[in-house]
Amino acid sequence: MKNKPLLEVKNTGIQFGGLKAVQNLNMVLNQGELVGLIGPNGAGKTTSFNLLTGVYVPTEGDILFNGERINGLPPFKVTRKGVSRTFQNIRLFNELSVLDNVKVAYHSIAKHSIISSILRLPSHFSGEKEMEEKSIEFLKIFSLDKYKDELAKNLPYGQQRRLEIARALAANPKLLLLDEPAAGMNPQETKDLMDLIAFIRNKFDLTILLIEHDMNLVMGVCERIYVLDHGQLLAEGSPEVIRNHPKVIEAYLGEEVHDVNA
Amino acid sequence: MKKSKQFWPFILLAVLVYVVIQVLISTEMMNQFYSNTLILIAINIILAVSLHLVIGITGQFSIGHAGFLAVGAYVSAIITMKLQLPFAVAIIVGGVVAALAGLIVGIPSLRLKGDYLAIATLGFAEIIRIVFLNIDAVGGAAGMQVSHLTTWTYAFVCLVITLVVIVNFTNSRHGLAAISVRENEIASDAMGINTTYYKVIAFAIGSFFAGVAGALFSHNFYIIQPSQFGFLKSFDILIFVVLGGLGSLSGAVLSAILLTIVSTYLQGYPETRMIIYSLVLIIVMLYRPKGLMGTMEITDYFKLWRTPKGGGQHEK
Ligand SMILES: Nc1ncnc2c1ncn2[C@@H]1O[C@H](COP(=O)(O)OP(=O)(O)OP(=O)(O)O)[C@@H](O)[C@H]1O
Ligand SMILES: [Mg+2]
Repeated sequence: MKNKPLLEVKNTGIQFGGLKAVQNLNMVLNQGELVGLIGPNGAGKTTSFNLLTGVYVPTEGDILFNGERINGLPPFKVTRKGVSRTFQNIRLFNELSVLDNVKVAYHSIAKHSIISSILRLPSHFSGEKEMEEKSIEFLKIFSLDKYKDELAKNLPYGQQRRLEIARALAANPKLLLLDEPAAGMNPQETKDLMDLIAFIRNKFDLTILLIEHDMNLVMGVCERIYVLDHGQLLAEGSPEVIRNHPKVIEAYLGEEVHDVNA
Repeated sequence: MKKSKQFWPFILLAVLVYVVIQVLISTEMMNQFYSNTLILIAINIILAVSLHLVIGITGQFSIGHAGFLAVGAYVSAIITMKLQLPFAVAIIVGGVVAALAGLIVGIPSLRLKGDYLAIATLGFAEIIRIVFLNIDAVGGAAGMQVSHLTTWTYAFVCLVITLVVIVNFTNSRHGLAAISVRENEIASDAMGINTTYYKVIAFAIGSFFAGVAGALFSHNFYIIQPSQFGFLKSFDILIFVVLGGLGSLSGAVLSAILLTIVSTYLQGYPETRMIIYSLVLIIVMLYRPKGLMGTMEITDYFKLWRTPKGGGQHEK
């Protein structure tokens, strides 16, 4: 088991009209790894996540999860196989309570039928109770349980990001994809979040792929890093290798200059 | 959260309401006009609540609910008038056939993201109306004679069943899944919810109860005609849901009651009815743009009263 990769991305890519948003993407994630995915704006990081989760169907290549082909499956089936995600632009269920947001993700794990709910059979009550209790456990890990009856949209921004991770975790993933989870957080919040990510990885035996803009942050927590630029893999390796990689320095230097001008 | 605890008080209240009104009717203390208005209210609540499940809960815009009402009305009328079967059978079959029609309309249009359902339902309602208009066996434009079989008991039992089914569905993991589709379909999908399945299920349940309402409706008037099921009828039902506040079941119930009473009293003056109707709508949209109840339920107000300053304390 140990040496079989959890995720294998083979020469995958997608084209939008004339634009090759991602091409020739090759990636291997082993069970338990915490891997970073970095690259300048528009490099294709989010698009890669969308390919992995079934939002987009790759126009080339294959994606294997646990040795099983998952490209072509709709997102909800990919999630049920064990790939769960957060979104770069937060997508919570705004008018639902914090607790209900997490319950939605636990939905597919609970098994009571529509009929049992309509007739209020015992299986409905036990199923709903389990959903509620498990969801509160997830909220506790993220110290969000005190907000459980608040509407998600009323949470402060940083807490909304944490709720998204709690929700993704409740879907019982083996692979967790985090798209810029620390975006918009202050340094203290970011540090707490990174500690938390390390903690949940161990607790839930997760494999995590993390998109982040902040190079130092990624270098600090990830064991291995993939660098994307213009839809193509630029480099791959340990933080040390990436830090000193001439192409990476070039790509990021280019971006920095661009940012100053903007 | 503990919505299930409200189940028995609800049933108790329902039985009480039923008995009181039934006694008033059978002792003839309540005249035909009032009892008929009550039946109409029950039918309209069923229509409002069934559409609420589709629009308010699942967030799918359907503007042809009268089509399913028509299916239930005609199918049930055929069953009692042509096949001489009992009314109860007619109600169930009317609902089932309407639900099947809902599946046929819903499955292709709900698989797509976007408001295809609105177009599909609008078209469906028109097609159904024209179909009945051209079938001589059901009377064509002249209409079809139907025995008066709808009683307060039938109407009330159907109403209670509708409410129980839709409330119990909504307050379960299934209802939560449907609401998550309304809130954010992409996130819902990403969390493992089969969004198409829940959209279709909610739509089929909504169509079923529209069909049930149709059976009650057709056996309440001695005659049914295709013209009763036109776009204006769909619009009337839509108004119940929008006026009540999208997402609020008690809002839909309240506005169905209110508007049924208003239009019953204005029946003799169709022009005035349209004017008053429009005025009510404009006033509500001006002062309560989210509808009478917003997304609140009546029970939420009780909770607010019980916990001073609102929130903080929550029942354990
Ligand atoms: N659905 C789409 N249709 C057309 N083009 C798209 C689509 N989705 C993404 N793109 C394009 O693909 C490229 C990669 O976008 P992507 O969002 O993956 O970048 P990113 O690496 O996540 O950038 P950022 O750091 O800004 O989030 C961009 O040029 C974007 O405009
Ligand atoms: Mg991105």
